[in-house]
Formats: sequence, structure tokens, C-alpha cells
Amino acid sequence: MNGPDDSTPYGANGGRQGGMDVEKVREDFPALHQMVHGRPLVYLDNAASAQKPRLVLDTLQHYYSKAYSNVHRGVHYLSEQATQAYELAREKVRAFINAGDRREIVFVRGTTEAINLVAQSYARPGLKAGDEILITTMEHHSNIVPWQLLCEQTGAVLKVAPIDDDGELPLEAFGQCLGPRTRLVAVTHLSNALGTITPVERIIEMAHARGARVLVDGAQAAPHLGVDVQALDCDFYAFSGHKLYGPTGIGVLFAKAELLEAMPPYQGGGEMISEVTFEKTTYAGIPLKFEAGTPHFVGAIGMGAAIDYVNGIGLDTIAQHERALTAYGTQLLGGIPGLRIIGTAQHKGGILSFVLEGIHAHDLGTVLDQAGVAVRTGHHCAMPVMERFGVPATTRASLALYNTRQELDRLAAAIHEARKIFRL
Amino acid sequence: MTDLRELYQEVIIDHSRNPRNFGKLDAADRIARGNNPLCGDKLTLYLKLDENDVITDVSFEGAGCAISISSASLMTEMLKGKTLQQAEALFQAFHGLIMGENTPDRDAGLGKLKVLEGVKAFPSRVKCATLAWHMLHAALEKATQPVSTE
Repeated sequence: MNGPDDSTPYGANGGRQGGMDVEKVREDFPALHQMVHGRPLVYLDNAASAQKPRLVLDTLQHYYSKAYSNVHRGVHYLSEQATQAYELAREKVRAFINAGDRREIVFVRGTTEAINLVAQSYARPGLKAGDEILITTMEHHSNIVPWQLLCEQTGAVLKVAPIDDDGELPLEAFGQCLGPRTRLVAVTHLSNALGTITPVERIIEMAHARGARVLVDGAQAAPHLGVDVQALDCDFYAFSGHKLYGPTGIGVLFAKAELLEAMPPYQGGGEMISEVTFEKTTYAGIPLKFEAGTPHFVGAIGMGAAIDYVNGIGLDTIAQHERALTAYGTQLLGGIPGLRIIGTAQHKGGILSFVLEGIHAHDLGTVLDQAGVAVRTGHHCAMPVMERFGVPATTRASLALYNTRQELDRLAAAIHEARKIFRL
Repeated sequence: MTDLRELYQEVIIDHSRNPRNFGKLDAADRIARGNNPLCGDKLTLYLKLDENDVITDVSFEGAGCAISISSASLMTEMLKGKTLQQAEALFQAFHGLIMGENTPDRDAGLGKLKVLEGVKAFPSRVKCATLAWHMLHAALEKATQPVSTE
């Protein structure tokens, strides 16, 4: 694999940034070492999806080429190998979020499917007209639309807790939205559009005190913060593999065992049954009851490898690196005339969402792309957030463990170039 | 960056900052709405016609990127005095220009609109350049559904 172009200042400070050898880390990610429009790629779209380390790629290659067979089916060697690896991946996920029981880990397609599963399988059966689901203004569409569908189906009411001008979730206002009919609170752990890290511990305490269950959307948090579902005492926690440097099409729903036991299956099919007759079918125990059909077990095994990779560096080390980068980027972008950062919460993840006076986000995205800088422009699947801040779209640079200060310098230089092109 | 200078020519930046025929047209005969959910562009187009189906007035309003706004602004400048058939022919010619499918003689009638030709090198921006034009097409066909370029 070729390294970055020699003309770039990568590694100018020996590669060590924030206590982590970022140059060594970058070597693990083949996709980072390519040219885009004649320039070395600067990948700053990690909140949308992260690149994959060689460990994950090799794992997928190995299981498809050498150890492949369906899981939980055969008594033959390959099937047993695949089943063991799949269940080992479940154990890795359990440990990663410190769940108390491996049976509380349900493999799904991603965060979106996990939330839909909870809406349809947990919430729908018990919900009555007039019951309330509480979300916040800064949710991703995936944590809005499943609840809207549920409300249409049941006559329940969707309530939305407000955020302030910094993108913080004020707990007092949140508390006022919690009522005697609130059945479920669904809240992001780390906002994809603003970067806000929400006070989930307090939210969960407050909701539980009112008898409401809590689902945490951890799609953005899981790759960057240490998650401990027992310490949080959340009822449901959802996240995806592909943002965690793992494969697409695989994700996790954590749910407390007693809730999973009581929930009806989400989908019917193979794997999720114990015995089938035309008169009556009995279901498998948890978590298999929720894994109808051949699961994406190679994806799950790949996700397990991604967790191994992250653990090998250490989430604390990663978080420290990303915090330092976020601070650097915030200061750097803040110095650009006409640039306003959207999302200025005190506790923030590595998300720099901004608008630039005189240049629409989409135009800026095109200029940055030509400079080899990949960012996301648009509403980030959070249109209510855009509405709240009165902007049609933002440009978002989102950071991962392999990003560098030099890459943020490239971003800033490209923004300056855009201002020149737009005669600003 | 030469392609970018080609894309964001002076005329385009001028029209995006100071769009012509911008605002609501009272008593419009045709109204079309359009949006490009990918980047949040949202436009409304107003047409006034006389008894011979000649466009006597046209305006648009909304928000969007430099490409979509300048394209809409330049389009409105070209439409006044055109018959519906001529407007439809202009739509076809502009579409051909952006898709890089035009013959030189079809380009000839486009005049100032040719400044938008640079968009053809940026496939992801074609939707921005053609949004107002798809709305025009819908207005000419009296379609009532909002146009979406998704």
C-alpha cells in the first residue's frame, strides 16, 4: 500500500498526536492512502461511515474464503466454526458495552433496525392512544420516523424536548416534557448533526423515576465514548458496526433480558424458532428469537474484529486524540471569516458542523471535494435540527481516530480557497 | 481548481447573490414548487400567461445553493415573451447542455445560459442546475405535484 503523497506534511511531528501514534494507525487503513482529484484523500466524513482497518478486512476475507458455512444449523465442522465465531462476536460486543448477559445482545442490520425493532416489538403491543413517546429536537431521522409510524399505528403522541442555542439539552425543560403518560424516552447519546454529548445518565434517572423506559441511540457514541449499559441502566442501546470501523449491514440492539423475554418476535422465519407445526410455533430463546433468517454473521464477526481493533488502541486513547483534534479544529475553523460553528455544547464529540457566510454548504462541499477533502453537506438526516438553527444545510467535518491536525489544516486551506473562488 | 473557476463564473456568483425576478408573483397563472432534499434547495416558480399562452411575467423565490439559484435566475430572464412551446424547447436545450448531449445548433439558442455548462463536469451538481428547469417543465404541463430532484 502506498503512503500519502510526499508533498504533504503528514508525520511532520513524528506521527504522535495526543499520545497515540496516528501515523501507525493510518497504516492500518488501506482506504486512507489514495488520491482524490489528484490530491491525497482527507477523509472527514466519519460520522456517516468510518473506514475499515486491515484487521476487519482480513477477518471478512478469512471467513468468506476459509471458514464459511451457515450458523446454528449444521453439525459439520465448518458450521460449528462459524457458529462459534458468531457467538464469540456476540461476547465481544457484550464486553464492549459491558452488558451483564450475552443474551442481551441482538444482532440487527444497524441502529435504524434496532430502533424499529423496539418501536414495533416492545412499544407497540402495550401502547394506548394518548400514551407518549418523548424524543429530543436533535434526533437523527432514524430516531424520529419509527416513533411517528408507531404513533400513527397506536394513537400515541410524540413529544419533543427542546434544545438551546448551543445544542445542549436543558434538563429542566426535558423534565417538563416527562409526564405521567410518557412510556418511552428515545434519545441520542451523541448528536450526529451537532456533536452534543447528551446527559444520558440523568435522562435515564429522570425517565425511570417517572416509570418510562429509555432507548439510547448510540450510533455516534459507540465508536468514540466508552459505553457501559449497566452503569447507564438504559433499557435499550442501539448502534451500528460501520461507524465503528466494522462492516456495513450489521448492528446491535442491547436490551435488558427481562424486556427481550417479554417482547414478541419482530420477524418470523428460520433460526428464531424452537418448534414449528401448523398449529403452533414456539420460539427460540433470546436473543435468537429476534434473529430471524440467516443472520449477517460474517458481518458480526467483522464487527467483533473492529471491536478488537478499537480495544487494541484503547477507547480512552482514541477519545483523548479526538478531543484534542476537535479543540484544534474548533479553533482553526473559528478563525475563518464568516464561519459559524453550529453546535457549541460544552461536552462535544468530534463533529464540526458549520455554515459559511456567502457560500452555501453544497457549493462548499464541491470545492472541498475538488481539494480531496471529503465532508458531508446537507441536513445530515436531522432536518428538525436545521430548522431549529434556521439554516438550510451545514457542512460537517466529523473526526475519527486516524485523522490528523494536518488534515484539518487541509480542510481550513480549502475553505479559504472556496472564499477566494466566491470572491469573498 | 481550474474546473471550479469554470463552474463558479462571475455571472453565476452574481446571479446567486442578486437573483433576478426574485419574489412572489401575485395572480400567477402557473405555480410550481420544487425541492432538492439532498442539499435543502427549495424553490417556487410563478408564471403569468396571456390569452395566447405567451409568458408575460415570471418570478421565483426560495433558498438554495449558488448553482440552483443562479440557474433559476438566468432562466427567468430568458422566459419573458416566450410561448409555452418555446419555453419547452428551451428546457430541452438546457437539459441537453447540462447533460453534455447537445449539438452546436441546439446550444446556439441558449445565450447566457451557457455559463452553466461547467456543471456537466460535476455530476453531483446536475440536480442543482436543473431544479428550476424541472419546475418549469412541471408548470408548463400544469403538474400539481411538487418537483423533487431526488
